Amino acid sequence: MNLVVVVRQVPDLIEPLEVSASGTALDYETASFVVNETDDHALEQALLLKESGGGTVTVVALDYGEVDNTLYTAAAKGADRIVKIARADDTPPSPAASAAAYAQAIQPLGPELVLVGIQAHDELDGVVPPLLAARLGMPYVGVIRGVKRGPEPGAVSVCKEFPGAVMARLSVRLPAVLGILGAEQPPRYVPVSRIRAAMKTAKFDEVAGAAPPPASRVEVCRLYPPPSGARAEMLSGTESELAARIAEILAEKGLLK
Amino acid sequence: MSASDVLVLAEIQREALADITHELLTAARSMAAATGGEAVVVALAPDGSRFAPALGAADRIVLVDDPRLAAYAPGPYLAALEAVVAAERPRAVLIGATSIGWDLAPMLAARLDAPLVTGCKEIRVEGGALGVTASFCGGKMMAEARVAQSPAVLMVLPGSFRPATESGKAVVERRTSPVPLEAGPVRFEEFILPEAGDVDITQQDILVAVGRGIQQKDNLELAEELARTLGGAVCASRPVVDQGWLPPTRQVGKSGMTVKPKLYLAFGISGAPEHQEGMKASDLIIAVNTDPRAPIFDVAHYGAQIDALELLPALVEAVQARKG
Repeated sequence: MNLVVVVRQVPDLIEPLEVSASGTALDYETASFVVNETDDHALEQALLLKESGGGTVTVVALDYGEVDNTLYTAAAKGADRIVKIARADDTPPSPAASAAAYAQAIQPLGPELVLVGIQAHDELDGVVPPLLAARLGMPYVGVIRGVKRGPEPGAVSVCKEFPGAVMARLSVRLPAVLGILGAEQPPRYVPVSRIRAAMKTAKFDEVAGAAPPPASRVEVCRLYPPPSGARAEMLSGTESELAARIAEILAEKGLLK
Repeated sequence: MSASDVLVLAEIQREALADITHELLTAARSMAAATGGEAVVVALAPDGSRFAPALGAADRIVLVDDPRLAAYAPGPYLAALEAVVAAERPRAVLIGATSIGWDLAPMLAARLDAPLVTGCKEIRVEGGALGVTASFCGGKMMAEARVAQSPAVLMVLPGSFRPATESGKAVVERRTSPVPLEAGPVRFEEFILPEAGDVDITQQDILVAVGRGIQQKDNLELAEELARTLGGAVCASRPVVDQGWLPPTRQVGKSGMTVKPKLYLAFGISGAPEHQEGMKASDLIIAVNTDPRAPIFDVAHYGAQIDALELLPALVEAVQARKG
């Protein structure tokens, strides 16, 4: 199976997010980037499909946000080919522009299945996987947790997650684009030594970016962090003092029986 | 039909109307009052008239009856919805940020070349444009945005609006799909229900919830011990379930369970909107996180800024001491 995975870099939410001087965009210069979590699951799912029945895994990424480290990690995990799309600057483009660039890079690869994380958390005015599917002229379904081959040739069986730990099993005729929420197993760990080895051996196919689509019709007027602790009464003290205070609250509420 | 109408997609999951539909109707009624249009709800389902009595907050209830809409599949649902939107030409289409909404909203926007905003929490009519307040970056950033083009497709976060209780004109319009609905390349096969036997966290009075801050599977034992001491059960946010450390039946949030215990103790959970959706109605929420900006503190009654792994053993001791 010819599998393609889209991998995006996103600001690490562990670090404080800053707003740019314009007040209308994230300050990507101060952000530290990590791989988009659901894209990491998409890669894992692709590797599992390859291991279960053969095929190739091609990872496609836009060149921003220290993406090389993520791509070397993907190579170390087992990706067969890496395609890096050139960017004029080091910030993520809009979802529509991203989808256009990915589609231009992916179309010549002739994929049977394109796996993309359901969402990158810094997307506001678009969702990349269905936009990409529309550009590739492929069907799309998302919020997928688990993909298996079959039941007939040229199809896969997927689980779409619903509330209450309920799954819907769907059959998907290929080619198709899937929005991945989770792989069948957690993304694999790869030792640093193998990533270092990949840095010496892995080659990136670098391609030009697509012409940007028209500007977004969503005008962002202001970005701001939500007011924190708006409701919570914050407790303070050492861990034993905090523990004693919480136990006291639970006792007051009649929750210790 | 009017360019000032606001269209709501009724969400039907496993033969039941999802709560988000009533929240969307509140938003639509408020918007329609400002635009001078109507709040219109569209239900895609065979024999959709059974849902009409619960959709009385709408001015019009458009029922698209077709056997191919019996279970969700993106192709026929999108074709039917697109046809209704093309006929109605509304100012906006409101769709919940749900499993179905995450498919249909962006696909509809792509088909119509319409603007899309995700994570909507507030929607205002500002003259000829719509003003939207939306949450993104896992709830750690808010955006105020303006959308002038019609129709706008707005994905609304569940829990952002109170469920509609008012009555609208509730005129029912039964329609057959104006386009032939074909099964398409994505087909529904079956629902897979959670395996019985695990703890039902929706029935627990006390829940000890763990998130990414628990760091590794072995540390779950700390939470288990606290849950045993309190007479409750352990549940988790999505990253813990993604790691396979707990089964999906223990997941709280949009794609997991919705819980309303007497006590919800959240350890190392940042509190993304998707998680809050499943727990914010709990009677008492105490959150523990090292990040003072964690959104979980917005819904918690009490908060502590400390490493969950440091506090958990101390809390077990303190509770045991209190209980004697």
